[in-house]
Amino acid sequence: MTRSNGHGLTLAEKVLARAAGTERVVPGEIVEGNVDLAMMHEQGAQTVAPFHQMGAEKVWDTDRVVIAIDHWVPASTEGAAVLHRILRKFAAETNLPHFYDVGQHGICHQILAENGWVVPGDLAVGTDSHTNMLGAMGAVAAGIGPTEMAAVLALGRLWLKVPPTVQIRVHGAMGPGVTAKDLVLRILGEIKTTGATYKSVEFTGPAIRALSMPERFTICNMTTEMGAKCGMVAPDQTTFDYLAPIAKHAMHPMTPDADAEYERVVDIDLDGMPPMVACPYSPDNVRPLPEVAREHIKVDQVFLGSCTNARIEDLREGAALMKGHQVAKGVRFIVSPASTKIYDQCLKEGIIQTFTDAGAVFTNSSCSACFGGNMGILAPDEVCASSSNRNFPGRMGAKEARIYLMSPAATVAAAIRGEVVDHRELL
Amino acid sequence: MKDVIEGRVWTLGRDVDTDGIISGKYLTIIDPQELKKHVFEIALPEFAKEAQPGDIIVADENFGSGSSREHAPQAMKAIGVGAIVADSFARIFFRNAINLGLPTVEARGVRAIFEKGDTARLEMRAGRITNLRTQRSVTFPPLPPHLLSLLDAGGLVEKVRVELAARKAASAPP
Repeated sequence: MTRSNGHGLTLAEKVLARAAGTERVVPGEIVEGNVDLAMMHEQGAQTVAPFHQMGAEKVWDTDRVVIAIDHWVPASTEGAAVLHRILRKFAAETNLPHFYDVGQHGICHQILAENGWVVPGDLAVGTDSHTNMLGAMGAVAAGIGPTEMAAVLALGRLWLKVPPTVQIRVHGAMGPGVTAKDLVLRILGEIKTTGATYKSVEFTGPAIRALSMPERFTICNMTTEMGAKCGMVAPDQTTFDYLAPIAKHAMHPMTPDADAEYERVVDIDLDGMPPMVACPYSPDNVRPLPEVAREHIKVDQVFLGSCTNARIEDLREGAALMKGHQVAKGVRFIVSPASTKIYDQCLKEGIIQTFTDAGAVFTNSSCSACFGGNMGILAPDEVCASSSNRNFPGRMGAKEARIYLMSPAATVAAAIRGEVVDHRELL
Repeated sequence: MKDVIEGRVWTLGRDVDTDGIISGKYLTIIDPQELKKHVFEIALPEFAKEAQPGDIIVADENFGSGSSREHAPQAMKAIGVGAIVADSFARIFFRNAINLGLPTVEARGVRAIFEKGDTARLEMRAGRITNLRTQRSVTFPPLPPHLLSLLDAGGLVEKVRVELAARKAASAPP
């Protein structure tokens, strides 16, 4: 692509130009970017060996590294206990003070968000694929593997191919019972799981400006399912208000140029949009919830949790719907808050009581049932309604198990009725 | 890295995700020799038992989608996979594989010219992959120099090791 001058820059191009210390970058160009924040979860245990093999002796900046264990917390297997121990030992040896260990724990992306570790203009990387979520801050936030993380810890930088940008312009307003999760599922249904592979997704338009930070986290979170390197929302007053009391380092707010060049522009109109559901076995197998509900799909398990949708706002909404109802006979309903801080809020607000009174299991904060390796694992042929982000074969256990992805409110309705249902019937 | 890589082909479809390569229940395993017993357990169950060092994986679009788990390319490396060629890759898988020193290239149309058990001849710098049974081939843009140098070094660990050693030597007193 030739674009030597004249055109403006997209949001991702601006952030990457700053990281690379240049005026402008062009899609396809490989740049070395300085990292503002590096995050490791359990997969970071595999960073330690390559870090030593590289001959590295110290971490480039110990105040720019966060460790947040979340997949198996507290350790549920001996293997997980070993991973945790490797990380604790490494943190002690390399003087990494920002370790969110058992008791302060939460899902790594939520830990970064609620503690202000990623701010506008940052280049942030993490060992989990859903690191994209932090792009909601107006940052480039991307998932990397543990060997690459070792290089980041040693050098404070990494190579990046500047991605082309897909702009998603969202208009209109969401009706009652329709959420940011439905919006992102709708987009996935349209552009599919390869729709933004290697690309940056930039959300814009009046409906995006109207979204709260938690809602922006949800939509940026699932740009991972679009194949995107990052998903971003340009910072505005909503961002600054959220970060003002918690930001850990200086912000460099940027907005895309009006004459920026986009590889593709997708227009989404929220007016009249129904709630959505992603059917097995792909997050892009998206259909309107009212249509799927007509098939009366019985569920064995319901999961309200994950980095996509287990913030206090999600759990408040779920609890409001749950009140006065019981979990259907034969259904296991697992509720897992995204962080210990959110757990505490739920405790104070009576949300835990609401769920447990209804017959749900309210668990400690972790990735929980989302990834099929800790708890809430599905047997062959079981069906799960889930507020999480993936429904690939074997994602939550048996490869034959079927997972339906939906909004938090829709999961609660499924738990009450024992089948996939349009939750607006219960509002 | 060898410029020309030959090997027996295993074929896979589109959208093979990392859960299909290494399931979530094995993520606490960090020994690659143990991990390799479970590679492709969901997507290609016979692979772990029958694959031989040097075999080449040929897949359709969006290979390695899903999580950031490096366990997936690690397990393939432990088997001794010679190269991974696909119509397209998911980005984190692609980076992880290159960082581990596994020759990994995107070649549009590659899946269509291979069947399981064929022999592939992959020319990394010329940008061509040929089915030696049918003599059909597809071409692809060779990896950029930055990535070729990473593979030539044997992966990211080796590349950074050399850089840190050079830095240390430069700052050491004479």
